[in-house]
Amino acid sequence: MKSPCGGELLAGVRDELPILLGVVPFGMIYGVLALSAGIPPAAAQAMSAIVFAGSSQFIAAQLVASGSPAVLIVLTIGVVNLRHALYSASIAPYLKKLSPAWKWLLSYLLTDEAYAVSITHYQKGNPNAELNTASSDWRHWYFLGAGLALWSTWQISTALGIFLGQQVPASWSLDFTLPLTFLALVVPALSDRSSVAAALAAGLAAVLFFSLPFKLGLILAGLVGISVGLWSEPR
Amino acid sequence: MIWLWLTMLIAGLLTYLIRLSFIQLFARMEIPLRVKRLLRYVPPAVLSALFIPELLLPADHLDLSLGNSRLLAGLLASLVAWRTKNVFLTILVGMAALLILKGFKG
Repeated sequence: MKSPCGGELLAGVRDELPILLGVVPFGMIYGVLALSAGIPPAAAQAMSAIVFAGSSQFIAAQLVASGSPAVLIVLTIGVVNLRHALYSASIAPYLKKLSPAWKWLLSYLLTDEAYAVSITHYQKGNPNAELNTASSDWRHWYFLGAGLALWSTWQISTALGIFLGQQVPASWSLDFTLPLTFLALVVPALSDRSSVAAALAAGLAAVLFFSLPFKLGLILAGLVGISVGLWSEPR
Repeated sequence: MIWLWLTMLIAGLLTYLIRLSFIQLFARMEIPLRVKRLLRYVPPAVLSALFIPELLLPADHLDLSLGNSRLLAGLLASLVAWRTKNVFLTILVGMAALLILKGFKG
């Protein structure tokens, strides 16, 4: 029997492709911003591989530029990335049976964009479920495909930003591609009343908490959205 | 610049541990049904918290007026996303709308 892992891998890459349209400009803007913050090119590139979390890299660059102490930079990156703990919990049930090596690899690739397409794929159900064996679930290959597509694009677009420098005019508003990407992922998934309530409540809370330090508002808004979603479920 | 590399390494490790946290924890324990119900709302809640402020607070200040091009472009893009479920088309229409609206404002 031919294993469907290659097909799942390619499907993950394919579903990640449209999202990359929003990621490339964002990665380039990060590269430009990091250099103008005084971060050497090698370190700016390495941050994209070591931290591998766009919004926190932006904030880190701004903190470096303003001469913030290292402890503050680490703490801020940690708080901005706290939402990934929610992604981790949400995707964990599907990764339960995988080997530790798979768990460690997929954890490294657990970004907003790879999470969003992979969780949608997992929630659709197992395409190979009819085989009905414990090993018939190949969907982690899909996650791997989506994650690798995003990872390589993030590294290349960071490099492009570093090399092209300030040649991307701010008037093109390319930073807007990222919120559009999240919008494009959220809106079609709002299939019932309680997920609409969760999305609206989280958005409203994020606006209200916007001025909190360390982007704390982001994780608080996420928690508000989850609570409102749960609370609005039909009883 | 050695401090910068150290800062990055620690921040990267911290980010990795946050991502690994529940994937590792739930490997050994059964996830309660109540928690599973709650986790269903993670994608809409967290992803909305990421993009809605970008539409409503274009220059870090609340702007609900018709002069807020990002809000109008976002609303149009939402309509496209809802009708077509097409990520590529949503981003294209949203960007085009923003640039056209900004062009009108001069």
